[in-house]
This record gives sequence, structure tokens and C-alpha cells, in this order.
Amino acid sequence: MLRTRVIPCLLLRGRGLVKTMRFKSQTYIGDPINAVKIFNDKEVDELVFLDITASKENRGPNISLLKDITSECFMPLAYGGGVTNIDQIKELLRIGVEKVVINTAAHENPDFIREAARKFGSSTIVISVDVKKNIFGKNCVFISGRNKMSNISPTEYVRKMEEIGAGELLLNVVDADGMMGGYDLSLISQLSHAVSVPLIACGGAGELDDFRKARDAGASGVAAGSMFVFQNRNRAVLINYPSIPELERVFQ
Amino acid sequence: MITIVDYGMGNLASIKNMLKKIGVKAEITSSPEVLMRAERIILPGVGAFDDAMSNINSMGLLEVLNRKATVEMVPLLGICLGMQIMMRSSEEGAALGLGWIDGEVKRFTFEPGSPQLKVPHMGWNLVATSDVSFLFKNLTTPRFYFVHGYYVRCKNAGDVLATSNYGYEFHSAIHRGNIFGTQFHPEKSHKFGMQLLRNFMEIT
Repeated sequence: MLRTRVIPCLLLRGRGLVKTMRFKSQTYIGDPINAVKIFNDKEVDELVFLDITASKENRGPNISLLKDITSECFMPLAYGGGVTNIDQIKELLRIGVEKVVINTAAHENPDFIREAARKFGSSTIVISVDVKKNIFGKNCVFISGRNKMSNISPTEYVRKMEEIGAGELLLNVVDADGMMGGYDLSLISQLSHAVSVPLIACGGAGELDDFRKARDAGASGVAAGSMFVFQNRNRAVLINYPSIPELERVFQ
Repeated sequence: MITIVDYGMGNLASIKNMLKKIGVKAEITSSPEVLMRAERIILPGVGAFDDAMSNINSMGLLEVLNRKATVEMVPLLGICLGMQIMMRSSEEGAALGLGWIDGEVKRFTFEPGSPQLKVPHMGWNLVATSDVSFLFKNLTTPRFYFVHGYYVRCKNAGDVLATSNYGYEFHSAIHRGNIFGTQFHPEKSHKFGMQLLRNFMEIT
């Protein structure tokens, strides 16, 4: 039977890997290609790479870097960051990227998502949704590529994303990012039950048991950053991934 | 040397990357002339059944593919949609398949009252086989990466090489003579995929 996918979510800044806390205070992790080689050996389910400065710098994907990454990546790879047009998706698929993650452009240009889903199939299109509490403590969609808080309800937003062609949703919870204090389970439950496409939870994983909790809350896949790039909560860099028997035990 | 058929259906770079990693020379071609000289063929494919068949026809690849598969009988591996089009027909479309294997392609549907699993079936799943002489040689508890909303159902049990389970059992690999097919993506299944492709290279 299908096991819940466990996905390292890696952040690119320039040609290096970084890890954030609450989308800020970045720690340098190392060389992405080296990390990919290690994750191959560890038989990782899938990888997500997000270029966190692309949208902010109004530029597209760094194809030459991604080419180096895909030539060493023998597992499904999703890429996100600065994707705003059909040609970029075509190019990403051509070099061996499996799925394209879109965040800012999904908010700003829904027609682009419709077209992309029609052209490449919705299973290629992952819409990433960042959620943050506003000053009244209410969860709202955060447009991280523009560093802008919206007043859009996450539930409404994911429904709309499904309707315009998202094949999968990547939920990232800003306040939980890098904190390793557990996922926002009620949000996962709320959003995964609002749509019929798979939802990947990201933000907050600190221990293996968090994966099971997220799965039980309704996540189809679980993603994490800190857990897979740090040795422990002291944040000493160590690329790691649980063994398959360990994961099977967790999800039993 | 292995020839990967480019008929405009999806991403071929990953297959070429993995073959390179295991030391196999590969060429990607959409030309019937080049394909005519092929000694070993991979027929990949991501997308819709009818689009695939319509491309094969319009690119003039149908005749040479048939010749390679059924007259010259070169080892041929279909991956995902590349395997599905080897069947006679699909619920996904109206086009006729290549018809090398007797059977059809069906959409995942789940009985009322049983868990309604998400479609596409996406992720890593176990692949069970009793025949470890060909593709599945030297693979213990093989797991592979799947992403598909449709699956093949062979008419003859003898054509089924492996099965997997998603709500119910389906045929995840097929084999008839020189023709092989996998529903999963070896090129995305790290060490399992590398071993499977090595095995395919050894088939004569």
C-alpha cells in the first residue's frame, strides 16, 4: 500500500542552500548538489527545491543550477521560485523537473495556472500556499514573494486553487517554519478536507511522530526542512533522512 | 546503446540522466530513420492516451515501432503512458492503442462504501512479482515511484509481470516476449530504478 510521502523541502538562495526560521534569519546549509547526492543515497521519497529570492528579485528559475541538480537527482523533484510563464515550465520539465511549484503567480495571475494545468496536466502543477496569522490572530494567506499579508481565508484560497487547476497543494505555515515545534494540525485538517487534491504539509516538523500526526490530520505528504538538514535542535548542519523501516514504523 | 523515443509526450531528461549514471549510452530521437536502427528501445510517456497515439501517427513512428516490437523483436520497455499505449484501448480516450498486449487501460475507481482514494495514485508503492529472471533481478522488496490515474488490465495472466495495490490490485509491470512495460517510473526510483534499467540492458 502507498505510504505517506516524506519530502525534504530545501531552500535555495543564490547557488547555496539555506534554512529559515519563520521565513527569516537564514542559516547557510551548504551546496545543493552535494545535498542531492546524499539524499539519493538515503533513498528519499521526493525532493522540493524552493528558490526563495526569485520572486522578490523578479527573476525566473536559475536553469543552469537546476540542470546540475536534476542530473544528480534520481527521485521526483519539484521546483518553485519565480515561475511566471509557460515557457519556464516547459524548460523546467525539459531538464528533468517533475513538478513545478507556483506561489506568487498563482495569486497574481490565476489564468496562468489554468493554462499551465491544461497544457501540462494538473499533476505537474503544485500550488504553494503560505499561511500566517494576522494581527488579530486569524490565519490568512501570506504572499511571501511580495512580503505581503492578504486578508484571504486559506480555505477559500485552496478551494480556488483546486478549481483553477492545482494538482497538489503545498501548505507552508510561516509562524511554524523552522521552529520544529510540530505542524499546525488543525489547519492541515481544515484545508485537506476542503479540497480533493493531495495536500503536502510543511512547517514545524521537529520529530518523526509529527509526520504521523500530520498524516492523521489529512496530509497526503509531509515535508520538512530543519529536520533533514540539522542534526538536532541545536541546528548543527547534517543532511539526514530516516530509514525506510523507521518511516514504516512511524506510519503504522 | 539505447534509443529513447521522443514523440512529444513528456520528460526524457530524467531517463537519460539515470542511464548515464549507470554507464549506458542513450540517444533521444523522434526520427523514424534513427529508430529503425535501434537495438533497444525505451518508450516513455506522460500525458493523455489519445495525444500519445495521435503523435505517434503524425510523426510517422507507428510503422517502425510495430516493426521493431513485433517483427525484429528488439527489447522494448514502455514506461507509464508508454506502457499503457501498448494495450488495445483506454478508457481515457477513443484512439486505438498499439495493441501489442491484449488488454485495456482503466481509470481508478473505488466501490461505494470502500475508501475513495485520491487519484492520481502518486508516490512510492511496493511492486510484487514472482518472476525475478528479467526486470526484477537482484531487487529485494522493490519500491517504485508512481504517478498515474489509469492502470492497465491484461487479458492474459501470462502477460502480467508484477502487481501493486492501490485500493485493489492492479498490473504494475507487464511482459510478453521482447516487450516490457512498467506503470511506475524507474527513472525516478533511485537505486531500484537503476537496478531495473541495468536488468533491462542485459535482456537479449
